[in-house]
Amino acid sequence: MVISAGIDMGIQRVKVVILKDNQTIAQSQQFSGFEPTKAAEQAFDEALQKANLSREDIQHVTATGAGVGMVPFADSTVSMMGADARAGAYFFPSARTVIDVGAEDARAVKCDENGILQDFVVNARCAAGAGTFIEAMARALEVKMADMGSLSLKAERASSINASCVIFAESDVVSLIHREEPKSEIARAIFDAMAERVSSMVRRLGLNADVVLVGGVAKDVGFVDSLKRRLGMEILIPEEPIYAGAVGAALVAAKRAKRRQ
Amino acid sequence: MENNNGKVEYWRWLEYHKIMPDRDWKNAETITAGVDVGSVGSKAVIMADGEIYSWSVMRTGSNSSDSATKALGWAMEDTGLTLKDFNYIVGTGYGRVNVPMANRAITEIACHAKGANYIWGPSVRTVLDVGGQDVKAIRCDENGKVVSFLMNDKCAAGTGRGMEVIADLLQIPIEDVGKVSLSVTEEPEPVSSTCVVFAKSEAVGLLRKGWTKEKVLAAYLRAMASRMSELIEKVGCEKEFVITGGQAKNIGLVHRVETILGVKRLPVPNLDETGRDPTSAGAIGAALFAKALYEKSLKR
Repeated sequence: MVISAGIDMGIQRVKVVILKDNQTIAQSQQFSGFEPTKAAEQAFDEALQKANLSREDIQHVTATGAGVGMVPFADSTVSMMGADARAGAYFFPSARTVIDVGAEDARAVKCDENGILQDFVVNARCAAGAGTFIEAMARALEVKMADMGSLSLKAERASSINASCVIFAESDVVSLIHREEPKSEIARAIFDAMAERVSSMVRRLGLNADVVLVGGVAKDVGFVDSLKRRLGMEILIPEEPIYAGAVGAALVAAKRAKRRQ
Repeated sequence: MENNNGKVEYWRWLEYHKIMPDRDWKNAETITAGVDVGSVGSKAVIMADGEIYSWSVMRTGSNSSDSATKALGWAMEDTGLTLKDFNYIVGTGYGRVNVPMANRAITEIACHAKGANYIWGPSVRTVLDVGGQDVKAIRCDENGKVVSFLMNDKCAAGTGRGMEVIADLLQIPIEDVGKVSLSVTEEPEPVSSTCVVFAKSEAVGLLRKGWTKEKVLAAYLRAMASRMSELIEKVGCEKEFVITGGQAKNIGLVHRVETILGVKRLPVPNLDETGRDPTSAGAIGAALFAKALYEKSLKR
C-alpha cells in the first residue's frame, strides 16, 4: 500500500490531494492569500483529517505550482507541466494533449500513454489568456463570475471587442454597454477571445486527440463551449479539474515512494 | 478628485482648455481644427492661419463621436467661433472615423510626426508617443513626414492606461506619480511583468513585502521605460528625440527613458506663451493637415 500527497501551490488557491494506491481518498483547497505556506499547511491538515490520517502516514509529499518552493514539508517537487501530463493520462488514458487554464497562466502539454511529458507551450505573460480575464470582465459587466458561462451560452453571436488585452477589453466593454449591446454577446466575445489564445497555443504544440482540459477555468461552461468550437473537437474534462495538478503531483509522489520502498 | 460615492479617484488627470490671449481668429484667412479622439483622452486644437489659437484636453467618454463634439466644443468655448467658421477639420486618433464634423480622417502616426515638427521644429527625427492605450515610436524627416514607425497596440503594458491603474492601486494622484517615483534614493529592480494585470498583482506582492509606495512606483516606471526604450531602439533613435502624448508630462517616465537610451529629449516649450502642448501633438498635426488640405482645395 502506498499513501502519497500532492500539493498544487496555485496563484489563487492551494490544492491538496491524498492518494491511497493511486485512488483519491481526500482533497482540500484554501485561498493562497498573504501567506501561501500557511494556506498549504491548513489545506494539508484538512485533507489529512478527512482521510483520518496523520502526517506520518504519508509516505511522500510532492509539491507543484507557481509557489512550489513555499512548501517546507514537501519531500520533492515536480514541474506544473509534468504534473499536468500525469494527471491527464490518469483521468483519460487516451489523452495526448492536456490544456491547463488557471487564474494567471495557461499551458498546453503533450504527453504519451504513460503520462510522460513530451513537449509543452506556456502563456504566463498576458492575462488575456487566463482566468483573471473572466474575473475582470465579470466585474466590468457587473455580473457574477460564476454566471458568465451560462450568460454567454445564451448568445448566438459574439460582440466585436478588442480582446487582445484585459485592459483594452475593459474599456471596450464600457462602450458596448453604453451602446446597449446584450451582455450575453459581450460575454461570448470574451470566451471566444480566450479560447482563440489557448487554441493557438495548442496548435503550436500540434493538436493531438484526445484533448483533456484541466485547471479552475475548465469548470466554466462558456469557456469550454468556445474552446470546443475553436478546436473543432470534443474535449474531455475530469470531474474536478481544479485538482488535476495536485493529483498529478500525488501520482509522482506515489512513484517516488515506491522507488524508496 | 472624489467621485459621487466619495471615493478618491487617483487616476483622474487634469482636463484643461486654453485660449492664446494675443491671437485673434477674426482677421485670419484660414481657420482649421484638429480633433484627436484617443482611447483615453480627446484633444481638439483650433488654428488661425496655422498658429495655435485655442485647444482642449479632456477624457474620452464611452462614445467617440460625443467625445469629439465635446472636445471641439470646449476649445471653441468663449471664442465666439461657430462650426460654420471652420474652413476644414481633420479627425485623428483611435476614434478618428467617428469625428462627426471632420472633413477627413488621418492616422495619428502622421499627425504626431507633423505635430512634433511644429512644436519643436525641423530638427526632430524620433518621436515617442505614449498614449492611453498604445505606444508608438516614429521616425520622421525635417518636414515632419513619417519615415518609419513601430507601435504596440495589442497590449496595455507601458501605456497611460496602465499608469492610471497603478496610480489608483498605490493611491498616488496621477499628476504626482513622476515626481514621487523620483524620490527614491536608490532605483529598484523593475517589476518583472509588463502585463498591467500581472504588474498590479506583483505590486501588491511588493507592498506586502514591505516596499514603500515610492519604491514600487519606481519599479513599475522602470519596467515601463525599458519596454518603451526597446521599441525606440528597434525603430532607431536619431536626434533630436521628443516625447508626445499624455505621458510626456510624467517626469519619472521621461527621466528613465532618457537614462536607458542615453539621449535627452528636447524640453517642453512654455505652454502659456506658445500653446505648443505635447499632449495635443496629434491634434496639432491634424489641424496643420487641415490647413494644407483646405489650401489645396482652393487651388483646384
